Amino acid sequence: MTSEEHLPDDHVDGNALAGPLAEVFTADVTVAQSECAHCGATGPVARLLVYRDAPGLVARCQECGQVVLRYVRTASAAHLDMRGTVTLAFSLAPE
Amino acid sequence: MIISRGFHGRRPTADRKLPPGQYETTGFPVLSAGPTPRLSAADTELSVTAETGRRHTWRWADLMALPSERPTVDLHCVTKWSKFETRWEGISLDVLLADVETDADHTLVSSHGGYTTNIPLADLLDGKAWVVHTYEGEPLAPEHGGPLRLLVPHLYLWKSAKWLRSIELRDEDEPGFWESAGYHDYGDPWREQRYRGD
Repeated sequence: MTSEEHLPDDHVDGNALAGPLAEVFTADVTVAQSECAHCGATGPVARLLVYRDAPGLVARCQECGQVVLRYVRTASAAHLDMRGTVTLAFSLAPE
Repeated sequence: MIISRGFHGRRPTADRKLPPGQYETTGFPVLSAGPTPRLSAADTELSVTAETGRRHTWRWADLMALPSERPTVDLHCVTKWSKFETRWEGISLDVLLADVETDADHTLVSSHGGYTTNIPLADLLDGKAWVVHTYEGEPLAPEHGGPLRLLVPHLYLWKSAKWLRSIELRDEDEPGFWESAGYHDYGDPWREQRYRGD
């Protein structure tokens, strides 16, 4: 994010990703810990800022505002762009 | 000097043509991939950088001193709404790029906030694209890209970048924000080029 001022907007939290991403992940992505590739902030995906009044879903870092992931669902494919994510960590039950 | 280009008056409804898969809206939906920056016209600076590295810049007063046009155009958003006969005022890219020496075929357009989109240079020339600052007679509102946005109405609206900051002329094509996430590289609504591979 730059130092520019911003107007109030209609973003929602990362829980909005749960439904769309359930189509490509078997685990609940919103409880995974994501690490921002821009500022290194970590936290649950549910805390990301999601812009969905757009041609796709855009999830931004709750700390720096940069894009962490983008999801575009076309008629026949799902595109998940994660170049803004260092890791996505899922807690799993011990084997 | 102001030149009106495009349609004059309201066309009969029967003459309005929708590209395939689109529906008409009379509102003006706001789509955005991020926060809406609060930018001041007075601080606006637009740059065009040629493939040679030569950079041309215009401040707001420079832009306002250029010949202005008033295009009336139809908008087609890839999310399937279309809006007929929107009235804008701005500067033709033919004027803006007249003194820019280039052999490039591609452009990468960048916005405040980090958004980008790629457009062939030929699609910005010959009366097909404008840098606009006024919508329906009023200064362009921030949610619609004010103070300055690109207007390329023959392509899907994601190509008409809001909060315009720079245009880079390039020898190689580089996909922009949506193009690199599955959307079509070109985005012609009449050929329904929504997604990569369409």
